[in-house]
Formats: sequence, structure tokens, C-alpha cells
Amino acid sequence: MPDVTKAQTTDAATVDAVAPPAADTAGKQSPPKTEKPRSLWGDAWYDLRHRPMFWISSVLLVLLLVIAAFPGMFTSVDPRDGDLVHHYLGKPELGHLFQPDWFGYDQQGRSIYARVIHGTRASILVGVCVTAAVTLIGGLLGMLAGYFGGWIDSVISRIVDIFFGLPFLLGTMVVLNAFTERKVYVVILALAFLGWTSIARVTRSSVITAKQADYVTAARALGAGTTRILFRHVMPNAVAPTIVVATIALGGYISAEATLSFLGLGLSDPTISWGIDISEGSKVIRDNPHTLLFPAGMLSLTVFAFIMLGDAVRDALDPKLR
Amino acid sequence: MRGAKSAKWVAGAIVVALAATACGGGDDSAGDDMNKGKADPNGIVTAQLSEPQNPLQPANAKESQGSRVLRTIFAGLVDYEPGTGKLEYVNAESVTPNDDSSEWTVKLKPGWKFHDGTPVTAKSYVDSWNWSANIKNNQTNSSWFSDIVGFEDVHPEKGDPKSDKMSGLKVVDDNTFTVKLTQPVSYFAYKLGYDVWAPLPEAFFKDPKAFGEKPIGNGPYKFVSWEHNKLIKVRKFADYKGPNVAKNGGIDFKNYTTADAAYSDLRSDNVDWIEQVPTTALASYKTDLGDRAIDQPYSAVQSIVPAFYTKQFKDIDPKVIQGLSMAIDRPTITKTVLQGTRTPADSYVAPGVLGYKKGALGDIVKFDPAQAKKLIQEGGGVPGNKIQIQYNADQDHKPWVDAVCNSIRKSTGVECTGDPKPTFQADLDARDAHEVKSMYRGGWVLDYPVNSNFMRDLYGSKAAGNTSGYANKEFDKLSSDADKASSIDETVKLYQQAEQLLAKDMPAIPLWFYKVNSGQSKNILGKIEYGQDGDPIFDTIQVKQK
Amino acid sequence: MGRYAARRLLQMIPIFIGTTLLIFLMVHILPGDPVRAIYGDKAPDPAQIAQIKREYGFDKPVLEQYFHYMLNLLKGDFGSNLAGRPVADLMADAFPVTLRLTLLAITIEIIIGVGLGAWAGLRAGKAADTGVLVFTLTVISIPVFVLGFIARFIFADELGWLPPNVQDSTDYSQLFLPAFVLAMLSMAYVARLTRTTFAENLRADYMRTALAKGLPRRRIIGVHLLRNSLIPVVTFVGTDVGGFIGGAVITEGIFNIQGVGNLLYRAIQTSEGSTVTGVVTVLVLVILLINLLIDLLYAVLDPRIRYA
Repeated sequence: MPDVTKAQTTDAATVDAVAPPAADTAGKQSPPKTEKPRSLWGDAWYDLRHRPMFWISSVLLVLLLVIAAFPGMFTSVDPRDGDLVHHYLGKPELGHLFQPDWFGYDQQGRSIYARVIHGTRASILVGVCVTAAVTLIGGLLGMLAGYFGGWIDSVISRIVDIFFGLPFLLGTMVVLNAFTERKVYVVILALAFLGWTSIARVTRSSVITAKQADYVTAARALGAGTTRILFRHVMPNAVAPTIVVATIALGGYISAEATLSFLGLGLSDPTISWGIDISEGSKVIRDNPHTLLFPAGMLSLTVFAFIMLGDAVRDALDPKLR
Repeated sequence: MRGAKSAKWVAGAIVVALAATACGGGDDSAGDDMNKGKADPNGIVTAQLSEPQNPLQPANAKESQGSRVLRTIFAGLVDYEPGTGKLEYVNAESVTPNDDSSEWTVKLKPGWKFHDGTPVTAKSYVDSWNWSANIKNNQTNSSWFSDIVGFEDVHPEKGDPKSDKMSGLKVVDDNTFTVKLTQPVSYFAYKLGYDVWAPLPEAFFKDPKAFGEKPIGNGPYKFVSWEHNKLIKVRKFADYKGPNVAKNGGIDFKNYTTADAAYSDLRSDNVDWIEQVPTTALASYKTDLGDRAIDQPYSAVQSIVPAFYTKQFKDIDPKVIQGLSMAIDRPTITKTVLQGTRTPADSYVAPGVLGYKKGALGDIVKFDPAQAKKLIQEGGGVPGNKIQIQYNADQDHKPWVDAVCNSIRKSTGVECTGDPKPTFQADLDARDAHEVKSMYRGGWVLDYPVNSNFMRDLYGSKAAGNTSGYANKEFDKLSSDADKASSIDETVKLYQQAEQLLAKDMPAIPLWFYKVNSGQSKNILGKIEYGQDGDPIFDTIQVKQK
Repeated sequence: MGRYAARRLLQMIPIFIGTTLLIFLMVHILPGDPVRAIYGDKAPDPAQIAQIKREYGFDKPVLEQYFHYMLNLLKGDFGSNLAGRPVADLMADAFPVTLRLTLLAITIEIIIGVGLGAWAGLRAGKAADTGVLVFTLTVISIPVFVLGFIARFIFADELGWLPPNVQDSTDYSQLFLPAFVLAMLSMAYVARLTRTTFAENLRADYMRTALAKGLPRRRIIGVHLLRNSLIPVVTFVGTDVGGFIGGAVITEGIFNIQGVGNLLYRAIQTSEGSTVTGVVTVLVLVILLINLLIDLLYAVLDPRIRYA
């Protein structure tokens, strides 16, 4: 990739769209202008507090995190316990709030409500861990490439190009197909293996911008070491776009996990996953749409919450787009 | 979605003419317009097919799609009589054994012709078998010839073949040849119904590869064209001399990749027969189709098999396995999760096979949680109190595995989870490599309709189909005695004794027998007849006159 | 421009080799023996399996296999699958179908996406803007496979407006629903992107100049604003082709379309290494070329960019 400045921002950083390079945002990501008294972060926080989208998504996310951490608080029913004799494809009782039959029963006679609640953990775990992993790998490689330039940049950028050439979903399908046992960590590793490139690109370009800043030159002139410059001066000022891309991508990873599980290549039994339940539900959708709609709704809600948060953070950190 | 495509992997099956005697769809009710009208002898039947995975060579059709087509193009030496499973001659005039069934003489009906006009002779058979058995020719079914003397010369375990002919095959005259076997097999003639034993015309040997794209057979239909991923056409062969002359003008095998697509075409009469109703429509297809719905058992069984090489099952008391079997609520699961696509199994042998005995397994397959718990306790419990059932996730097995596990967990407290492998390959690899952790899904569709096929080929300690590491000397002895028995009746009886032995030892837990859930269009006159392998008998299908 | 294109083409070679090697390694290190699988539940014949493997060269080291594969590829030979059908034939059947689906989807994506985005962008901060924002967020949140099932359930099963499955992949009317589902996600991104650039460019100097010159509003929006706002959209659509192929695996599966996605999915499942590698190789090539094309297109769309 030549350094053509792409007027492309982070919008499409979610995974399944195989994000556009999410931009060499060089010159675009305005580092904090010194005339403002507040720091970039303070400014962003001030901005965030005034956005309803931020609050809606935060409340949703806190709720989801609580569900993921303590599913037992919300239902006492074992999500794996099926009763074919009494509950085979039982219809939902929308009035019975928080009861096992609230969302009806699936074709194993299991409470869909209980499964939706217990399925939260895997999705959130995958989303958060993959994001952490790609931020770590992509961020580090992007930083190295951007800061040192030269042959390090060439090598890393070529590797990024190679991985980027593979369509994300297809690549993870091939990788996961190789694992006969797919626990949560396997899915996380597979998604991270092919997902780190966007972050690397974004970080690289923002680091390039940041390292040219006067204060970096000043620090170098004062004899600061490379490590110190990188972590004290460059990183804090280059990390904003990375965070934006990562937050938005998080929702995408959850969606990708569900898609893979749906294809039979994601999480596997006994892990409870919305993707698997949606796939099961799709087989009886004609007469029992509830088997698909509730897990699908919960999945979409979760992705929605993360993407909305990412959106709000992006707007806050990237004032130019406001 | 894709799992629904084809629930069955019919790895090998027979040419059949077993009529649909046990047809669950019931006899044709009067006043139904399905049975009214006149048959059009030139009418074309449109049938569902998925793209065959291999070239159309008789010994290379390991999966159901290719053999479905091949069976219309080729006629074998023998077939089985409807209902009884007795041998019926097709291209053969007689197939007779010597005293100890170790040498067989095949006499052909004279005057038969291939579709290209060349005569069908003893040489057509012998050359065909020699070619197919040859390891160099990569025919997946080549091991079917392993009973014949000289097989290891053309199919050595290592290295190049020493010869291109099996010494056990001898052409006597144009219409006679003899087959010498390495050991007596009382039911050898029964095996001859399978696709691999078909004759091949001279044209084949000139260019086997081209032949695979444009086969020439001796059967009731001649091959017309194959548009990949779209359509395979076969048409009635006017000079066919066999008993099963086609009652229609030909078959168009139309390609579908999903059962859903085929089903919606069936409902709009764009296809006349489909393989299997999609899972999404199982609840409603009988109302959708009325009398045109097909609900038809065939000879296949599904079971779960303990891996006897694991620590868990190495020295297990069979009582524990019996207990697990009794913890499975087969009737409820078949009715609900499986939506009536299977019937509870009561034997190791599937119905429609010589020697199937109703209720052969007695109480062992009855659902009785209390007794199940008791048996498991008496047997010393399940080591680790936890089992796993390995299956392949690329087919629609998850629902029933989950249901079986739920049933076991609920009735006995033994923890049970599915252990999905992403693909059938991965599943088989784990089985072959003896890496199954606890139990695995087993399935078996008949190769030939004798009960030995469901026992010796699966549970014999040396059987190639035995991947569980099960070994029982007593059973081995009994089955080898049975194979050497003087008559087929005797063989069948001895195998029935062997089945009782297995019931005590539990090499597997039979779950259910398969059914075909399908349908036919309004263009078809009368109900489509089925063979025991779950495929229709195409030559008997009649098309209504328009 | 010509030299730039040539340099880019040269740069593509190592990327191409790297990506194909990556996919080749991924496919060939997979467990799951495609030859063994031919036998299904029935007993395998080890001698026969070994013979077939020898013939396909599966017994050689992976790198050697890769080398041979690339050599053959240079001769235009994609090899054949285990059934003996040339992979090139399989692709020749599948690619036109997916091309049709993708073109239809891109058309839908651009028309609706740019339309919605422009509408919202011109009314930035108003109710319409918020409405479009929430709508796009919602669409992005629903995974493609859920969208596919719901769309099929509503439009085919319940309302009966469209066929639930594609019988004839050459019929655009049958492809409409799957293309729509496939387009939805990207459409949402296009809408947001258009909205952003529209809102941004509305404040740009050249707009003020144009207004000051007294140009009619329609001309300002149609020529100046649209042209400048389309640059990021074009980039996005171009880089999104890979995503479309990923989405096609899902969409083609749900709607029974015999395209590349279906071919690839089945090949992955059956560990048909030659098919997977062949299809992905072509895809990578297509993606690389499209990226190049887009960078070149920049120069056409944006006079400020010049390639030397």
C-alpha cells in the first residue's frame, strides 16, 4: 500500500465487512490542539457525558456484563435441562416475565430464556478477549512499524498486507475447521489470528503522525530513550484511533463468533452460544419463529450496544466528524 | 441449513427391487386422484440429485448420488425378491456354488447388449472385476473383490500389482464364468447385487475417464447427458432384456444443493421425487402433500458406540452399557426432536433384512430410568460418571445427540455432552486413529440384505467396519461358523444366535431405524415404490398421461 | 500513472505469494483426510487410500506441494478436485453467479446507501439524521445470517412475494432478496460514510464558493458535493469486496445459490484443498486488482491526487 491518504475513516472497522484499511488517518486524527485547556481525554469525556447514545449503550453493556458474570441471578433453570415430554417447542408466554417459559422452549424442550441468559457469557468473552488480543498484537506491530519505519515497517506492512488479503470470515473458517475441539479460547485465537490487521494499520498511521509532533522531537533532543518516547509520548497521543476501531470492532467480533457458530465452525457443546441456538432455531422457524427470534434479538442487542458505544467514543475522540 | 441437505450418508447400497411392503404411507385410498389416470409409457420422471462426487464408474460410487444414477444404467447379475429378500436373477441365468460354497459358477442370459450395441459376455464381467479390483485404477470399492482368489496380486497392500488379473476368475465360454473364493462364503451370490459387480463394455477400457463422464451400461436406461451441477439425463433402453423394463420414458436427475429448494419445487410439481423432506418442513409435509407424502422405512440403523480402547470402556461391565441404553427415551425423541423420521430400534439388525427379528433386544432398548440406574450401579457405574458422544457437525446430528444426552443425564445423573467434530472427515479420522474419547455416533446402511451385514461387518474383531476396538472371541467363532453354513437359512439362524450374544455384551447401543420422509409430485401415477436401501425403484415409476 | 501502476503490480507479487502460501498452509495442515472420507462409515481400504494419495501428491511435504501448485498455476492449471473435476471448471460455473449476485448487491448498496446518507447529511442534526443513524446502527448490529433468515421468513414464507430459494441463478428477480440481504450491512456503512462526508463537505470552502457564484442548488449538490463525497464511498465499496465474499458464504447457503461462497464452504467442509486454494487464490487476485483500480480511480475523482 502506498501512503495515499485515504479520506476514509474508521467507520467500517467491524470485522465481517472486512474493514477498509480503516484509513491511514494521517493528518486526519487531530492531536489535541494546545489552545484548549482540556486534554483530548478530558474533552472526550465531557463530550461523551452529553450524548444519550453513550448512556443508553453503557447501561445496556453494564446489564449485559452483569448477566455474563452472574447468569444465576436472572434464572435458576439449567439451560441444558430439556423436557421433551412437556416442553417440546413450547410457545413463549410473554406475560411470564423472567419465568422459564418467558421466551418459550426450543426443540430440546429447554428454556430459551435460560439459554439466552447463559449464552451471554461466551459472546461477551469472545468479543472482549478478541478485541484485547488484536489491540495488543495489532497495536504493538503497528506502533513498531510506524515509529521505526524503514525495513521494520516494510516487513510488518507486507505481513499486514498478506493477512489483509484473506477475507476475514473465510480465513477464520479455514482455521477453525482445523480444530476438532473448539473451546472459547480456540475461537478467540482464530479470530485474533486474522483480525489484527486493521488495528495495525490504524495504529501505524497514527503513530507516524504522532512521532512527527514537536514534543517528540523535543523529548528526543532532551535525550529520552526510545522506550520512554514510545510509551510516554507517542503512545498516549496515538492511541485514540486505535481505541475507536477496537470498540467498534468488538461488536463485529461477537457477530463473527455467532456467524461461525451458526456455520458449525464456532463454539461447540457444552458451551452455550447464541449462534448455535440460532442455527438450531432456523430449522423450525416456519412454525416456531420464537426459537430463532429471541437468541437473535439478544445477539443483535449486544452487538448494537457495543457498536453504539464505539460510535459515541469515535465521535467524542474525533471531533472533526461531529 | 446445510445440515438439512441430506440426513443420510448412504455409503454403499444394493441394487434393489424390494417392494415397499412395509410402506408407512398406507395403501392407496380410493378416490384419490394420485391413482387415477393413464400411464404414459414415454413420460419422463424428474428426480432430485446432488452432484455425484465421483465419475460414473460402477466400482467408484461410494455415495448415494452416483449410485442412484448408476443403478438405472447398469443391471447386475442378481437382485432381491420383493419382501423376502430372496435372490432373483437379472443378467444371470444362474449363480451356483460348489459343495462348500468356495467356487461359484455364473451363467449369463444370452443375447444381452450394452447400450452401444456390443454384446454382454462373461468377459465383460471378468474384465470389469479385474479392472475395478486393480489398485492402480483407484476405485473406492475395490476391496469388494477381496473374497476372490488372486485379489492380492492386483491389489497388494504395498507396492505395485503383480498382475492385472485375478487368478480366481475364469471365462468358460461366452456366457459362463467361474469365481474361486479364498474361503467359503455361503451368501456370496447375495453380494453380487451391489453396484461394483456390474459388467463393463469394451469401450470402457479404452478410456475409463471419459467413460466416467458418459457411461455405457446394460441396464433399463441408457445414459444421455450430464451437465455438471445441473442435470443428468437417462432414457429408456428399448433393447433391454431384463425383467425390470422401465415403465416410464426416462429420468431427468435434477441437481439441488438443499432439501429446501427441492421441496419447494416438489410442491410446485417441478420435480417429481425428492430425496428427503427438509427439516424445516417435517412438521408440515404430510398436510402439505396429503397422500403424496412418502413415509417409508429402509434398512439402516443409527447407534452410539462405546470406544472400547478407552480407559473408560476398556473393562466395562456390559450392564453399564445396557443401563445407558435403557436411559434413552427413544419413543419420545423420535416423535419430537427427530419429528418422526426414525423409529425406535429393537434389534442390531434393521428391518427388511433377512434375519431381522422384531424385539430381538427385548428390554434393553426400553426406556426405564429406574432400571437404568440400577444396572449402571450394579455394573460399577460409568468411570468418571461422564460420557461424550462424538458426531460430525456437518450433518444434522446435533439435535438427536443433545436429546440422547439430556435423556441419559436426566434419568441416570451421568453427565453427557456431545463432542462435535466439524466435518465427517474429522469424525472418521478420530475413529480410525482410535482417538474417540468416550462414545461415537455409528450408522449403517445395508450393503446386502442379510443380517450378517449388520453384525459380522461391524462387530467382528477383524471386521474393517469395526472401529471401536470391540472383540469377542465367542462372537467371532459363531460368525465364522455361520459363514460356512451349508445354506443361507442356516447362516441367518446362526447370526440370530450371535445377536443374542451381542445383546449380552453390548458392542453398541442401537437407537433407531431410518425412514425416508419424502414426497412425490402430482405427475406420478400411483405411489412410488422403494427399495430397502431407501432409494426409489425408478423403473417402476409411472408418469400420468397429460 | 503508468509507472505507478506498474510498481503497484510488482508490489502485488510478494503479497500474492504470501497470501496463497498462507492459505495453502492453512488448508494442508488441517486434519481431516479427504481421501479417507470417500469411504464414509464403511470400511476404508488403506492400500487404495495410499495409492490415491500418491497420485495426488499428498504424500509429499507441504512446501513441495505448494511449489508444484504454483508452477501449475503459472501454466493456468488449477488442478482438480478428488472427483477428478478440474477446479477451473468448478470456478467457471460458480464465479459468474456470484458476480451477478455481487453486482446486484453493490447496486442496491450504492443506491440506497448513498441516497439515505445524502438525505441524512443534508439534514445533519435533524430528526431524519437521527433516524438514519439509528437505522444504520440497527442494521449493522444484526448479523447477516439472522437477517437472511428473517428476510426469507417474512418475504418468502409468510408473504410469499419472492421465492424462498433461488432455482435459477441467472434470474435477477430471484437474486433480488439474497442480494438485498447481502447488501444490507455494507449499505449501512455506505449510508453513514456518505452522511459524514456530505455533512463535512457542506461546510467546505468550495461549497461556499459555489454558492457565492450563484450556482443552482441542484448543481451544487449533484456535481460538487456528490463528486467529492463519493471518493470515500468508492474506496469503501472496493475494499469491501472481500467482505462480500464472506457474506456470500452465508447468503448463498441460506438461499441455495450455486456461487463461489457455496463452493468454498463445501470445499472447506470436505477439506478439498485444491478447491479452497484455487478459489481463494482467485479471490485474492481480484481483491488486489480492485484495490489498485480504486487507487487509480482516485486520481480521476480527485484532481488533487496525482501519481508519478
